[in-house]
Amino acid sequence: MAEHYYVPHTAKWPIVGSIGLFVMMLGAGSWLNQAAIGPWFTLAGSVIVLVMIFGWFAQVIGESEQGLYNRAVDGSFRQGMIWFIFSEVMFFAAFFGALFYARMFAVPWLGGEGAGAMTNELLFPEFDAAWPTAGPAQLGGDFQIIPAFELPLLNTLILLTSGLTITLAHWALKKAKRGALVGWMAATVALGSIFLYFQASEYVHAYQDLGLTLGSGIYGSTFFMLTGFHGLHVTLGTIMLIVITLRCMAGHFSKKNHFGFEAVAWYWHFVDVVWLGLFVFVYVI
Amino acid sequence: MSYETTLSHDEHHAEHPTGLKRWVFTTNHKEIGTLYLIFSLIAFMLGGAMAMVIRAELFIPGLQLVNPEFFNQMTTMHALVMIFGAVMPAFVGLANWMVPLMIGAPDMALPRMNNWSFWILPFAFFLLLMTLFLPSGGPASGWTLYPPLSLQGGTNIAFVIFAIHLMGISSIMGAINIIVTILNMRAPGMTLLRMPLFVWTWLITGFLLIAVMPVLAGAVTMLLTDRFFGTSFFNAAGGGDPVMYQHIFWFFGHPEVYIMILPAFGIISEILPTFSRKPLFGYTSMVYATASIAFLSFIVWAHHMFTVGMPLGGNLFFMYATMVIAVPTGVKVFNWISTMWRGSMSFETPMLFALGFIVLFTIGGFSGLMLAIVPADFQYHDTYFVVAHFHYVLVTGSVFAIMAGVYYWLPKWTGYMYNEKLGKIHFWWSAISVNVLFFPQHYLGLAGMPRRIPDYAVQFAEFNMISSIGGFAFGLAQLLFIYIIWQAARGGERATDQVWDGARGLEWTVPSPAPLHTFDTPPKVDDSVTVHSDTLA
Repeated sequence: MAEHYYVPHTAKWPIVGSIGLFVMMLGAGSWLNQAAIGPWFTLAGSVIVLVMIFGWFAQVIGESEQGLYNRAVDGSFRQGMIWFIFSEVMFFAAFFGALFYARMFAVPWLGGEGAGAMTNELLFPEFDAAWPTAGPAQLGGDFQIIPAFELPLLNTLILLTSGLTITLAHWALKKAKRGALVGWMAATVALGSIFLYFQASEYVHAYQDLGLTLGSGIYGSTFFMLTGFHGLHVTLGTIMLIVITLRCMAGHFSKKNHFGFEAVAWYWHFVDVVWLGLFVFVYVI
Repeated sequence: MSYETTLSHDEHHAEHPTGLKRWVFTTNHKEIGTLYLIFSLIAFMLGGAMAMVIRAELFIPGLQLVNPEFFNQMTTMHALVMIFGAVMPAFVGLANWMVPLMIGAPDMALPRMNNWSFWILPFAFFLLLMTLFLPSGGPASGWTLYPPLSLQGGTNIAFVIFAIHLMGISSIMGAINIIVTILNMRAPGMTLLRMPLFVWTWLITGFLLIAVMPVLAGAVTMLLTDRFFGTSFFNAAGGGDPVMYQHIFWFFGHPEVYIMILPAFGIISEILPTFSRKPLFGYTSMVYATASIAFLSFIVWAHHMFTVGMPLGGNLFFMYATMVIAVPTGVKVFNWISTMWRGSMSFETPMLFALGFIVLFTIGGFSGLMLAIVPADFQYHDTYFVVAHFHYVLVTGSVFAIMAGVYYWLPKWTGYMYNEKLGKIHFWWSAISVNVLFFPQHYLGLAGMPRRIPDYAVQFAEFNMISSIGGFAFGLAQLLFIYIIWQAARGGERATDQVWDGARGLEWTVPSPAPLHTFDTPPKVDDSVTVHSDTLA
């Protein structure tokens, strides 16, 4: 193990990442304002960011394989990952907060409860507060909701099982059984992918058969933004799992030294826990 | 204290690029700190120029220089540039420079990410400032971007939101880096309760940043989808609520206020003991007070919105919770005063700014207490009283503390003493003009002048003119500040390693200017280098 804390003398990838993000955001902003160049800039920026991610991680993995990182560097990575996940938790908290506020305050007040008596009387006398709702104006038209104890319950079981399989993979890694490790990782990737497939088909069903869209008032907004951001995180997590599976096959990890694996496992458990919150507060209650 | 100047590690010092590449590719905490500080100074001038436009328009009643739309863009941009471009990057720059030096670390914990957190900022600000040149102009809804107004402003809003996302990514990465550095990279013997107060306040600030920047990201994302993708988060017709935006925004916004003041408390707590030649009074209570202020910052957000029609219970809760903040803040102010009590005080420029901070920040604190009182706030809300209040805490609070810190550590950075005479002139010129600038705004607010308007009734004319004169003078004073920094960077009287004879702590054990790499081998720390501890008092 290296004696000194490893401090690289230059970093070439960050500026690539900054340029990529900038081009991407410039493109997305133009796209939203109907500029023809928008989609192309967004695409170009995304490609630059992907190249940056690939190059940056390749460099870090290379340095790790060379044994440049000591225990203190490992500690920095671990703590950094924990704080990153905490920031993600707070991002979801904003949307959960919006859901709770809408259900506890905004909708009841529009229905005339408490402080909202005059709002209801003057603006929306016909509106009775209920959940789910598309609001007093029924934005997006009538819709039905996804029943909790069908596909969402199955998806809950799938994600919980994937939390189990990744733990089994970790145990196999700690016993240096590469065959079992790769097998359990593949199972985890498969479960993540099945979850995403079901989630996508649920969206199609919602849009085509139930009339439930992003525009279905506050219910559609909270439903799709919460499950959508969660789905994005599962997608990201699945890609991370695939990379880690490949690294397991390449023999990058040892019994004691496998923080890359653990970081992804933590991330995977995080998306799992967020889903439990979603299942309870978005689907069941 | 032995300091190792020899280059011991193969990988660190192999080659170092020069010119532009040096700054773009750097992973060194001192170089990145310098980048942050220069960026902050440029943003400070830019935001200041916008403030000059505002004060020039308000010099006399009537519309003379700019049209009202542009005036509103100026107030909005001034705030965004000053908050996200000037104050926050200045504190991150100071943390980059000083935290590794203060805790005996070889560098920041995640040096590449450190580079990235800085180099996102110029791009984010290009995206933000670019909107001023769009056909619709820049955002004009105030920096808080309340819907529905902010969503009615044309093409700029998407770019503004994306710029805020980029700034958020930068801040979160910067905060993670600082926290991990503090928790993981301390030299042996540098226990948590031996850390300098600046390190402590940044540890807590970092936590606040990671906790609330994602919430801001969520809030502006909801704005974006409401505007472009048909969601109804803030649309009552769809069952949402525009007031909900204010709740989510200020859940970010209030901790954000403390993000901009806690590191300032840290700087003041470093400077006062040095120039009083006494240990900080009540070190542990300072740590607990900082933590308490941080905790309270999460449960007071709705005092920014007393007049939106919250239920009475809500107003009362947020009023009392807000008043409680005066307790830990009072602990801090009294500890600072006690630190000076019977000290052998001297009044170099950093100390002058620190003393100015204590007096003037406290005035801002008291006007905050006035605003916390619900029935009184019904009168003050959205008037110039609020403007006066938050400029006292932000300009004579945060900015004065940053300037104090810059004067205090500049000799360590450049190796040269700044011009003390000019420094003192800068202080007195700033301290007097800033009061001419902001104190009359209290009276304007109490008399009922609303904020964010380009024109006003004639009875407000005199105070506005006085305020504008103060504003121009304060703006001019900052050109002197730039000159002093430039001069100290180029040469002058050599600074000693300790720089100030009352200074204690690891950062004063390394040479001035601090070489690029310090503490490659961790120093041993005990109470002899950290007299800020209570145990020696």
